[in-house]
Amino acid sequence: MPLIVPPTPTGTSSDTPRPVGIPPSPPIVIPADRLLHEETLPGGAAWSFTIKRGQTLRLTALAVGANVSLIAFNRHDLVDRYNMADTLKGQHTARLTTGYILVSDMGRAMLSITGDTLGWHDPLGGHDNAEITRRKWGDKNYQTARNEWHRNSHDHFLIELAKHGLNARDLVANVNFFSKVVADADGRLHFQPDHAKSGDFIDLRAEMDLLVILTTCHHPLDTSCAYGPKPVQLQLWRSPPPAADDYCRTYRPENERAFYNSEILYR
Amino acid sequence: MSTFVYTESPLASAAAIYRHTIPAGDFWMHEIKRGQILRIVDREGNQAADTLFYNAADFRERYSAQDTIREQGAIYLTTGTKLLSNECNPLAVITADTCGRHDTLGGACACESNAVRYGHGTKHMHSCRQSFLLGLATWPNASFDLNKRDVPANINFFMNVPVTPEGGLKFEDGVSAGGKYVEMRAEMDIVCLISNCPQLNNPCNGYNPTPVEALIWNS
Repeated sequence: MPLIVPPTPTGTSSDTPRPVGIPPSPPIVIPADRLLHEETLPGGAAWSFTIKRGQTLRLTALAVGANVSLIAFNRHDLVDRYNMADTLKGQHTARLTTGYILVSDMGRAMLSITGDTLGWHDPLGGHDNAEITRRKWGDKNYQTARNEWHRNSHDHFLIELAKHGLNARDLVANVNFFSKVVADADGRLHFQPDHAKSGDFIDLRAEMDLLVILTTCHHPLDTSCAYGPKPVQLQLWRSPPPAADDYCRTYRPENERAFYNSEILYR
Repeated sequence: MSTFVYTESPLASAAAIYRHTIPAGDFWMHEIKRGQILRIVDREGNQAADTLFYNAADFRERYSAQDTIREQGAIYLTTGTKLLSNECNPLAVITADTCGRHDTLGGACACESNAVRYGHGTKHMHSCRQSFLLGLATWPNASFDLNKRDVPANINFFMNVPVTPEGGLKFEDGVSAGGKYVEMRAEMDIVCLISNCPQLNNPCNGYNPTPVEALIWNS
């Protein structure tokens, strides 16, 4: 078996030329023989699942204004988890789209964005909680509304974490797919309403075995006047392994080194 | 145009009940009672102070960068910023700031992230996460064993990490200078953990890490 050679160290600056590889062209319709699992999550739902290295999770917005809040962990070492700051500073970005990778706090490529119809997903805004939901949309509890009650990402995350032996200590800064938040020159945050349209999708290719936890609750900065989180389709499909000139791997020299750190787990 | 607001503190150093110089690359972990004022001084300039806060009674409640920036609607920290916990409770509020802008998106340097950012040859250089972990591992008053799960996204006092409207992010030199300080009032009993950043691979410490000082006043 050939040894995997770590990539040559190179400098990092915001001006590093990019990209190197050819942008990926994911299938618009996933071929039936590659589709492993498919389900529709209603708005306001939660989901946690193991995604194996080489599988791709496709999230598809099924209505305008959908949002998916997501955190991810190394399936075999749950202390190794998605790290917002290491992801952003390593790629000099405050938005996520094709080419970028989600990086763990152990310097490993976790998920590569191999397809995206939107161009901007929010890694900054965090997730909503019971108080935010109440403040914006009022109280609607289980006693009065049964399963039409208002749900929030914070409680969902705590519940899903607990299913895997984790707790509030593991609720790291999350990503919000399908949402866009822009910082102006003074650093003030501006939420862009209705960023995702029905049919927008993003492909997230697992570069290591992962525990992924996500919720389909509102983005915490959502300005909608009525509570109404949107449904999202999940598709898990078997994707080709990343080649040496893979777009995400070669997008930045930092990404190459993060890929190496993941690959050495699987020699 | 980005606006910087500078606010002086009326407190005299001579009246402080506690003073401690944190040498370059070292950490400092200390309990601060509700109502006490903590000042962090950039003694020689351009020195990042990577900082975390915990609820002293329950470390599961800790500083949350995302909740802090979202609830104030802005990414930079300065006078008036409530430093919120993961339960959206104020841990502390910034009451004075002669630097004008502090970062909470850049995180702490780590051996692992240095290897990704600057090449595997930098992996064994000293880094903030090493300091955070040693601080947590040796903290005598913890009700449970503290480890990397207890290192959330932190504050970088005196550090300048601008985000552009196009979604770019970069580490930039120099909004701080020798003698500049930031001051905050504890809103509950908190534990403060500072790593005086040893990073040598980018301009966050002007390529020459120097001491910062912590001062505490009673309310």
